[in-house]
Amino acid sequence: MEKLISPLPRAAARSVATHRPVLAVAQLHKSYTIAGERQEVVRGVSFSVEPGECYGLLGPNGAGKTTTLRLCLGLTDPDAGAITLRDLPVPRSAREARRRVGVVPQMDNLDPDFTVTENLLVYGRYYGLTDAFIRARIPQLLEFAGLGSRADARIQTLSGGMKRRLTLARALVNDPEVIFMDEPTTGLDPQARHLIWDRLKTLLAEGRTILLTTHFMDEAERLCSRLAILDTGRIIAEGSPRQLIERHIEPQVVEVFGDGVTSWAQAHGHRLARRMERTGETVFCYAADASGLLRSLETQPGLRYLHRHANLEDVFLKLTGRELRDS
Amino acid sequence: MSRPYVLPACSLRFVPVWRRNFLVWQKLAIPSILGNFADPLIYMLGLGYGLGRLLPEIDGMPYIVFLAAGTVCFSTMNAATFEALYSAFSRMHVQRTWEAIMNAPVTLDDVALAELLWAVTKSFLSGLAILIVAWALGLVASPLALWILAVIPLIGLAFAGLALAITALARGYDFFMYYFTLVVTPMAMLCGVFFPTEQLPPALQALSAVLPLTHATQLVRPLLLGTVPDDVLVHVAVLLAYAAVGFYAAVVLFRRRLLK
Repeated sequence: MEKLISPLPRAAARSVATHRPVLAVAQLHKSYTIAGERQEVVRGVSFSVEPGECYGLLGPNGAGKTTTLRLCLGLTDPDAGAITLRDLPVPRSAREARRRVGVVPQMDNLDPDFTVTENLLVYGRYYGLTDAFIRARIPQLLEFAGLGSRADARIQTLSGGMKRRLTLARALVNDPEVIFMDEPTTGLDPQARHLIWDRLKTLLAEGRTILLTTHFMDEAERLCSRLAILDTGRIIAEGSPRQLIERHIEPQVVEVFGDGVTSWAQAHGHRLARRMERTGETVFCYAADASGLLRSLETQPGLRYLHRHANLEDVFLKLTGRELRDS
Repeated sequence: MSRPYVLPACSLRFVPVWRRNFLVWQKLAIPSILGNFADPLIYMLGLGYGLGRLLPEIDGMPYIVFLAAGTVCFSTMNAATFEALYSAFSRMHVQRTWEAIMNAPVTLDDVALAELLWAVTKSFLSGLAILIVAWALGLVASPLALWILAVIPLIGLAFAGLALAITALARGYDFFMYYFTLVVTPMAMLCGVFFPTEQLPPALQALSAVLPLTHATQLVRPLLLGTVPDDVLVHVAVLLAYAAVGFYAAVVLFRRRLLK
């Protein structure tokens, strides 16, 4: 029976010392047969996650994020490619590798038959931990999740944010080196999201590694030290949020909308912006220096505009396009 | 999973999964145990005494004794089937409990084994309850009947294995109605639960001979009467074969469904 003592375990410390990635993925391929048609949903994905960093996988729906996570956990076999998780080959040694991995799934799958405490106890047993060890750990986990007063509450009585926090606490029951999070704040209100982000920062400060999928750009910008943008099964850009913005997009954005936006765009926008995009009734003007655009817009009383710095969302939309992804 | 047909590789990691189900059961233990006793007791007393008055002895025993042996097998089959169909499906599909478990160092094969053995456990409680009732009614002839305690888990294994394979194919709870209508209910009529299989036309007798519940009743009924059953090894082997084939099919189908 393993005993978990320190928040930064020996295996992770060794990885830090040798700078070996916690997770290394090389040339991953995975196809499914959907409605009789063979579809490759992961097409040659390679990346590595260094100890202590938060690495993000960004992409629209159907980009292959969740499949990539499942492949990394050894829950499905790749058609080709190599995965090393905690220095162990996956899927061959996936079970052993998962011993020090925590997972926060996209959909809540807390055990509805149990109380908050029982959920943690039962989940800890799946890792081969003793009841005594888990029970000693539960107060810390509940405090971390802000559920100290809810120890004996039934799952059905928890709010969405509380359930998510309990799911996060459950993922920590085995004191993981690395935590996989699949869209951890989808469906939460702003307060609940900020609380989750705050907890994730605490985990990073403790030296844990996080692999995160999201389609919230602000979430990625806030948390990730590096991220990869995935589209139709391929990584189309990788870097820190700042690098991606600098590399792929002009620094200034002016969003213009209102009556006469089309004629303004044709007469002035084209000339004053380095690049323009249109979504519905809004024109996005990208420029290194927006002063010309702003002077022109001040003379157009019918138009409204918003001037801001370029962000990750602009990069994302530029690279993956603005059309809807309904899959 | 690129090789879904390899034999199940199970480990002791199934134990915490079994314990999870046990903990849920403990919370509802009292109504569950009452149900184990009440339901079959009503059946046995109603049919046994009501119908038994009208019937001469069957195969040299009072009808209620005949029925008690059949009910042990029937209840065990039902309990194993229900647990491995409805409850396992809830945990696999509706609650996504399996998904949560498989993120821990527990494999699908371990989860499937835990579900199999949990269904056997539930069915054991059911079969045991009938046996206790039969004993309390003075229907148990000798301590030889204690061997029934070893037969019940075999019956449970056979039906839990088959039912898990059905669960692996199910898209919703409605699907299980087919299994009950086409498999479980006919089996109850064909396998010597309520009346001797000799009453059946020859074609149905031939079918009956290969059904698992027939082999269950042929083990339990003599043991309840205090005699050693004929062809013990054949009956045990048939029940184990159903369990093995069912469980293997279930694991292959679960892999194709969940590990793709």
